[in-house]
Amino acid sequence: MRNRQATRLLSELSRAGRRGAEFPASDVPEWPLEDLLPASALADASPHLPELAEPDVVRHFVNLSTLNMSVDTHFYPLGSCTMKYNPKRHERLAGLPGIVDVHPHQTAGNIQGLLELLAEKQQMLAEISGLPAVSLQPAAGAHGELTALYVAAAYFRDKGESRKKVIFPASAHGTNPASAAMAGFECVELKGTEGGFVDLEELRRHVDNQTAVFMVTNPNTLGLFEKDIAAIAEIVHAAGGLVYIDGANMNAIMGITRPGDFGGDMMHYNVHKTFTGPHGAGGPGSGPICVRDFLADFLPGPVVRQRPGDDRRFELATPAKSIGRVRSFFGNVGILIRGYCYLRTLGAAGVRSAAEQAILNANYLKSLLADVLPSAHGEYCLHEFVASAEGLAKERGINAMDIAKRLLDYGFHPPTVYFPLVVPHAMMFEPTETESKATLDAFSDAIHKIVAEDAELLHTAPHNLPVSRPEEVNATRKPVLTWACCKD
Amino acid sequence: MDPASLKFTKTHEWVAVEGDVATIGISDFAVHLLSDLVYADLPPIGKKITQGEPFGEVESVKAVSDLYAPVSGEVIGRNDALPDNLDLLTTSPFGGGWMVKVRLSNAGELSSLLSQTAYKAHCDAEKH
Amino acid sequence: MSYLFTTPDEQVQMLQRIGVTSLKVLLDQIPEDLQLDRPLNMPPALTELELERHMRGLAARNAGASSRICFMGGGAYNHYIPSVVDELASRGEFYTAYTPYQAEASQGTLQAFFEFQSLISELSGLDVANASLYDGGSGVAEAVLMAGRCTGRTGRVVIAGSTNPEYIQTLKSYFANKSTEVIVVPTPQGTVNLEKLEAAVNDQTACVLVQQPNFFGCLEEVAAIGEIAHRHSALLVQSFDPLSVGLLKRPGDLGADIAVAEGQSLGIPLQFGGPFLGILACRQQFVRKMPGRLIGQTVDRNGERCFFLNLQAREQHIRREGATSNICTNQGLMALRATIYLSLLGPAGLKEVAELSCRKAHYAADRLTQIEGCERMFAGPFFKEFVLKYAHGADTAVRKAAAAGIDIGPTLSRLPELSWLPEDERDQCLIVAVTESRTREEIDQLVAALA
Repeated sequence: MRNRQATRLLSELSRAGRRGAEFPASDVPEWPLEDLLPASALADASPHLPELAEPDVVRHFVNLSTLNMSVDTHFYPLGSCTMKYNPKRHERLAGLPGIVDVHPHQTAGNIQGLLELLAEKQQMLAEISGLPAVSLQPAAGAHGELTALYVAAAYFRDKGESRKKVIFPASAHGTNPASAAMAGFECVELKGTEGGFVDLEELRRHVDNQTAVFMVTNPNTLGLFEKDIAAIAEIVHAAGGLVYIDGANMNAIMGITRPGDFGGDMMHYNVHKTFTGPHGAGGPGSGPICVRDFLADFLPGPVVRQRPGDDRRFELATPAKSIGRVRSFFGNVGILIRGYCYLRTLGAAGVRSAAEQAILNANYLKSLLADVLPSAHGEYCLHEFVASAEGLAKERGINAMDIAKRLLDYGFHPPTVYFPLVVPHAMMFEPTETESKATLDAFSDAIHKIVAEDAELLHTAPHNLPVSRPEEVNATRKPVLTWACCKD
Repeated sequence: MDPASLKFTKTHEWVAVEGDVATIGISDFAVHLLSDLVYADLPPIGKKITQGEPFGEVESVKAVSDLYAPVSGEVIGRNDALPDNLDLLTTSPFGGGWMVKVRLSNAGELSSLLSQTAYKAHCDAEKH
Repeated sequence: MSYLFTTPDEQVQMLQRIGVTSLKVLLDQIPEDLQLDRPLNMPPALTELELERHMRGLAARNAGASSRICFMGGGAYNHYIPSVVDELASRGEFYTAYTPYQAEASQGTLQAFFEFQSLISELSGLDVANASLYDGGSGVAEAVLMAGRCTGRTGRVVIAGSTNPEYIQTLKSYFANKSTEVIVVPTPQGTVNLEKLEAAVNDQTACVLVQQPNFFGCLEEVAAIGEIAHRHSALLVQSFDPLSVGLLKRPGDLGADIAVAEGQSLGIPLQFGGPFLGILACRQQFVRKMPGRLIGQTVDRNGERCFFLNLQAREQHIRREGATSNICTNQGLMALRATIYLSLLGPAGLKEVAELSCRKAHYAADRLTQIEGCERMFAGPFFKEFVLKYAHGADTAVRKAAAAGIDIGPTLSRLPELSWLPEDERDQCLIVAVTESRTREEIDQLVAALA
């Protein structure tokens, strides 16, 4: 039922003279534009945008949407991404007038409802993290990392120290080293233990009085809790450094254990993951950070607080030694509100049971797949696990990508493949708590069928999707990134 | 160029020396390892490069690798045909696939490089 | 309520399969002394009905633009959003999908973002655009960092003082831990003084950053500023209003090498400042230095045209500390909204929105400045917003307007980075922005409120 006509490029659908939006005629005096604007600034013509009628636009994008897999339509066990159900109520509530239409420069007196909500959100994030001071400003998880590293740099500058090193394990997300480099630090990568954990000896060897921050994801990217986290924090703290907890995997531990309680000094949340943002085909996210009291003064501003002397009024304030800001305006409020609705729906018990069920689902799926896709690390896992297709690759010439692509034919989104880099032929599964046993069983059945299939069939998979295996080498040598290039 | 007459680095660059000019490229082994190269970023003429430091990069679909200078000196020639025809690296890594020519500033550095035999042994070790 | 589907019976079966007697065994991976021994201290769980009642109560205590008359500007604007934008962007196939790493399962997203890049390239007059950054402020910081990579210069960056002060503040945070000098050239006349700007540019300068129209709504001599930058082999980075190019020359036409923009005007609601849309475009030669995702066209195994995430080797998941940026999650859904919005407007609609906003702003300025004690702070040409100087004080103006159900602002005294304006004048200044959504009647009401 694919509509090839409607899914041609907008530029190809365009017909001169069509339009999809009209505006009222001007009701103010028609002064000549030349009198209003200097000739040197005026364009000769409006940009060459496509010309389409409203129904063209609707049919085009609705048909494009059907070419996607999504959480609403498919099981999406993409490891490290927490593809959980995105409740529909969030969309309605984030779209209420008085929320969706508030101008970011609106004065505090006119937005007391919103500020109360954001203050409550700060409190909930502080409670779940065990870290009392919160900035809701960062736009995404990586932006939260970067912000926290700026906070750390300002903290050390304030103390008269110029620490240059940021240390992280080899299994870290790429954002950790990228954020550290961007924030002006030197990166030091640590080899992990055979078991996939931080190697305390390695850590001791590298941590010194030049160490600013040790960044660690906990549970780590193998889905394992860093059992030595308290000792890790002690080593870093003894050298005067700070411990940063990458909160990418908070879905495993919310309500069960808290970064502030296991030694973290700073962390970020991924509201679009843990608190079901949603993902929006790549964004927007929201990456609030939580820090210990002694770092609170350095947070970006503004933050929301109760007005001194009047606990029912809220105001925006910039911390005393603030790093400034890391973006325009307050933050990705629309996503924060969805996260707020989620936490208010779940309550304390619901938050914990969501994490527990995520752990149960991951372990169940791990046990179902163990015979064909074993995991080298850990008898049990938390919310996700990393299996390896190395055996299949050696015995049958089937690689992780083949299995991933073939899963698409069976109507499942594949897991994350080839990450983390420390596991050969990695396949990283994160089923999340919002999947039923029946779905996990069906998924396992599909994997078992696939690994028994003809290898050639897998190398050329998928076979039932609109496209299969895009050519990448020539397309990367001579990139075509706009439709203007297609015409040449 | 005959690979047997070249000097190599452990990071897979090769050097051919004529007088005080060194021609630099990357080995067939490196090209095979990187697979499907899509882009090469080479330094401009006049740029001074330092032994052991990155002087450019090559990119494949899923990786970017730094090129490390096997010798120090000033860039006096650059293979401008290469970026648009990266297949030269596959078809002729030691010939048409050369990258830059450098006027040596310290010929003594050449003694720190590997012979072809030593380089091959290094590659064999890396494979395992 | 945790959106859970597994029944207690099934849980028992699952635990049996795993080979444990209870969930507690799985939680034992976490050292017991680190486990929280109490329930979280959070407000009680709410059903959907209760939550909606609660949220409506909170929403009712905020002044939203739809229930008032909004003349607010300073980086976010009350432009009209056609219903089609909301309807299409609310399709779950788009908004509940992940980043399109699996090309075969993401052709809808990939094509839409390829179209976004194409539209932004057209609006900016530059060869390539990425598939979005966070917002205008962090976009400016990314663009200036990128200019350093393109030129190999990290000594200095020169910023026009008429740039959005929040963007300047953001930029300074991004450079706080680096050796690069950030020179902000004050603009007491409201626009850049070319001589003063040139005096700040040296041979270690990576770029000159200018905003057009600038934060005060005024038009800069961008082409001349570009010539200064280029004379010193620096790049010109221009922050622009993507709707303004319905009337005004595009960054690429003015000599910009990198263009950045806040894309909120392109069909994105105000929502107290985010999520908005960071736009970045540049000349072809700099494409491999760009931050953010890029969608490329290619063909698949069967020769069918398709789209994929191109040039990923620049990005953090591959390049790690050498990446062009740390950005991972971007503003995909907002880029989709902008794509839908622009495809509805077309060239005629874009011109209409720009022209209506410009004409109405000029009518408003003309009427307001007839009030005694009311003048434009800066005299030069402007586009859709301007700085109003109100003799009785900017706060008084805001209060008077608010009493009539009208919002204006921000007042300049609320903003950082404007200390070069004399304090007494700053306290009298505020921004008034006019979009196509405003009517002559509403403008007249504002005039009456301030008279």
